[in-house]
Amino acid sequence: MTTGFTDLRLEGVTRRFAGHDALTGLTMTIRRGEFIALLGPSGCGKSTALNCLAGLLPLTDGSIWQDETRLDTVPPEKRGFGMVFQSYALFPHLSVRRNIAFGLQMRRLPRAEIRRRTDEAIRLVRLEEHAAKLPGQLSGGQQQRVAIARAVVLEPALVLMDEPLSNLDAKLRLEMRTEIRRLHQSLGLTTVYVTHDQEEALSLADRLVVLRAGRVQQIGTPEELHTTPANRHVADFMGFRNLLPMRVAELAGDKAVVEGDGMRLHGTAVGALRPGDPVVAAARPESLRLDAAGGVPATVEVVEYQGREAAVEVVTAQGVRLHARAGQRPAVGEPVTVGVDPADLLVFPADEDEP
Amino acid sequence: MTAPTIARTTATRPRPVRAIRARPAAWLVWGLVIFFFVNLAGVIGSVVVSSFGERWFDTWLPQGWTGRWYGEAWRDFGLLPVLVTTVEVSLSVVAISVLVGVPASYVLARRSFPGRRLLYLLFLLPILMPPITYGIPLATVLYKYGFAGHFSGVVLANLVPSVPFVILTMTPFIEQIDPAIERAARMCGAGTGRIFTRILAPLLVPGMLAASILVLVRTVGMFELTFLTAGPDSTTLVVALYNSMSAAGIRAQQSVDAMAVIYTGTMLVLLVLALRVVNPTQLVARVKEEPE
Amino acid sequence: MSRPALTHRLAERGIDRQILLLVPAAVFVLVLFVYPFCYGLGLSFQPERGGPLGAYRAFFTDPYERNTIWTTLKLSLPVALLNVGVSVPIAYRMRGRFRGKRLLTTLLVVPITLGTVLTAQGLLNFLGPAGWFNRILIGAGLTDAPVRLTNNYWGVFFSLLITGFPFAFLLVLSYLSGIDPTLERAAATLGASRTQRFRRITLPLLAPGLATTFCLTFVLAFSVFPSAVLVGDPAGETRVISIAAWHAGYEQYDYAKASAIAIVMGLVELVVIAITLGWRATLFTGSTGGKG
Repeated sequence: MTTGFTDLRLEGVTRRFAGHDALTGLTMTIRRGEFIALLGPSGCGKSTALNCLAGLLPLTDGSIWQDETRLDTVPPEKRGFGMVFQSYALFPHLSVRRNIAFGLQMRRLPRAEIRRRTDEAIRLVRLEEHAAKLPGQLSGGQQQRVAIARAVVLEPALVLMDEPLSNLDAKLRLEMRTEIRRLHQSLGLTTVYVTHDQEEALSLADRLVVLRAGRVQQIGTPEELHTTPANRHVADFMGFRNLLPMRVAELAGDKAVVEGDGMRLHGTAVGALRPGDPVVAAARPESLRLDAAGGVPATVEVVEYQGREAAVEVVTAQGVRLHARAGQRPAVGEPVTVGVDPADLLVFPADEDEP
Repeated sequence: MTAPTIARTTATRPRPVRAIRARPAAWLVWGLVIFFFVNLAGVIGSVVVSSFGERWFDTWLPQGWTGRWYGEAWRDFGLLPVLVTTVEVSLSVVAISVLVGVPASYVLARRSFPGRRLLYLLFLLPILMPPITYGIPLATVLYKYGFAGHFSGVVLANLVPSVPFVILTMTPFIEQIDPAIERAARMCGAGTGRIFTRILAPLLVPGMLAASILVLVRTVGMFELTFLTAGPDSTTLVVALYNSMSAAGIRAQQSVDAMAVIYTGTMLVLLVLALRVVNPTQLVARVKEEPE
Repeated sequence: MSRPALTHRLAERGIDRQILLLVPAAVFVLVLFVYPFCYGLGLSFQPERGGPLGAYRAFFTDPYERNTIWTTLKLSLPVALLNVGVSVPIAYRMRGRFRGKRLLTTLLVVPITLGTVLTAQGLLNFLGPAGWFNRILIGAGLTDAPVRLTNNYWGVFFSLLITGFPFAFLLVLSYLSGIDPTLERAAATLGASRTQRFRRITLPLLAPGLATTFCLTFVLAFSVFPSAVLVGDPAGETRVISIAAWHAGYEQYDYAKASAIAIVMGLVELVVIAITLGWRATLFTGSTGGKG
């Protein structure tokens, strides 16, 4: 049975389903105590990666190493990992207590120890009053807590979480997010967390892995991904809502001038570019200013109230829609001039594998 | 729906009740249903009345009442061994078909593999075919190998529709159990054996119970296959009843009726048992999950 | 440490040791269904006289034999159609909750479990010349002489109706309760009248279920055997195909002919089912958004 480790290495982990590549060449190292988030749209291979790590899916290619032990040939029940499922997968015929104790019983621990550790886990997730209930009698958030307790009570070398918050409502999701991070820190867990919610990933993880179509797009800390996305897909995922297809007009170092749809903008080149190349210019709504001198003239079309700020959609004379934010609520139909700081406009090469 | 409180709340909700009362079409519908049940009661009632009657000819009711036909039927048709055979055959069929069918339905529900749909269709066929169609060749084969005419032959023949029946009822049942539950058990460190005993078995018990009872009811009532394969020492109740009816004239009509009542009683006991575990629609909705 | 490539490749296609759980059931169906069927097929081509097709020629050239197909269809098609047709309005009325629904569905299960043999005995008593039914008709002055309803076409017809209707009804009811009732309400808000709602929304969604129900009731009616012998006229107007097959096999001991008739019987049935399912394939068979 495995306990702690220093490094968990994934080397070229690949999984094919009937000729379709669900995951291609995932290579990374997970260090003890890290919180890793696998992030991407649905069908990107993040759940496949998690299931490969858990051992629930055999690899088509590649290997997984826990320090110097090869792990991908070990069956899931012998890997000693804990897992939290999207549907929670609580055993419907067992009480909360017996759900949590199940893994300890499987390890044939002494009765007294099972009792002590189960009690501790129940206390940890604050379900003392519900210990005797069946899962069907609990609310979604409570079921979620049971699922987490069942996974962490084993003190696993690695906890795998498959979109654990996606079935909860917005308020509960925020609460449980804090809860998960708290447990991760206080128990000293190593966690791999799958999600399609970038905000969740950014707020929870020490490092993020962005996947798309089975391939790794970028691995980095939340700050790295937030400020310097590696390509337009990562940018898209990191909240760059304005993605404008354009062409490089001038290039000096990483300073690029791009043109298209009647706009001429200054930005920062990411990756190798040549003048004339088709590119995607990306900017977050919060980087756009609506009162820039010499900016692109546009008209306010939609204003959404969002607390302190308003989300504004403007449209240029050529019909390009841009997303911006404004502290003062503009009126619909009001003329504005849109500008962006060159440092905030990232210029990516347009994808050749664009669908 | 059985709890009195719920029944009262639905009764006070006026809409469905009034909709049934208000329209002439509804009267027609209720009339049809009542007509059906009156005739059904007549069919069953006439058998029961006749079995207790002394002489019954051209009158509304028999001239006197007696229970002697039951004793006569019991002795003349040798009903005790027949009943024992019926129970033995049915229980064997239930046990074997559950043992064989449940593992197969597990694989069919959980896995996809080449030929899965073909296999499912193959399991569907014995249920879609009239029993006589495959029963005659089957009986011929069973006679050839010396099974027919004995207990084993009757059991084997009855397994042909029963195994697929278990598979067709259990596959949707297993499909509705979240497969993540098995994966969760595996992640908790349970091997295949313990997943089965600790997690799957308790979850499957209701489905297996329902399937068993349905197979039991069907096997006790299965006439054709048993008729084609049974020998003198392996006759079940329904075949004995048929034999006594087609040999009418030799025995008193009433003693045949008495036997029919015994058969009905057996079936009703099974029915009451069945309805404790399964919903009435389940008794017939046997091919709910069809390969599209 | 690396695994053999073959098992790995197979595992990727969903084939591993778990598939072995299918083996007992598959062997069962192959040995007890497919093999006898093929054996019977082979046997049907080896009659004592008349070359490979002799048995089939004997069947199709003899009008007494050939007409059994027509006799069987004449019984089973109207019965199946009537059962499904009558079930629809009744089930449509009875979806939703009302008092006594559980009791009603339970009562409907009774004739299913009675089976054909007991129903036959009951019909002989009830509908016979001196039975209650004729007494009521005479008593009410509707007829002077008893109406002959047993030992002919109508006896078998009623027997099939009694066993088949509850089956059809419960199936239709379960299909109908699988249709989300809010769909009809949505249609009502769009201005559809009661009839339009049924014709344009519910019926199209129900149609695939009706096709399946028709198939299953047809199979039940088509395999009619005991009731055709007991309440019918087994030598004349209810000499159905299964009687012909049984007669050939167990009274003439001509197994080639019996097998040939069984095969013809299976084929005729499959043709009807194929036509129905072919029609069903043209219908919408996706989710109907309801429970079950």
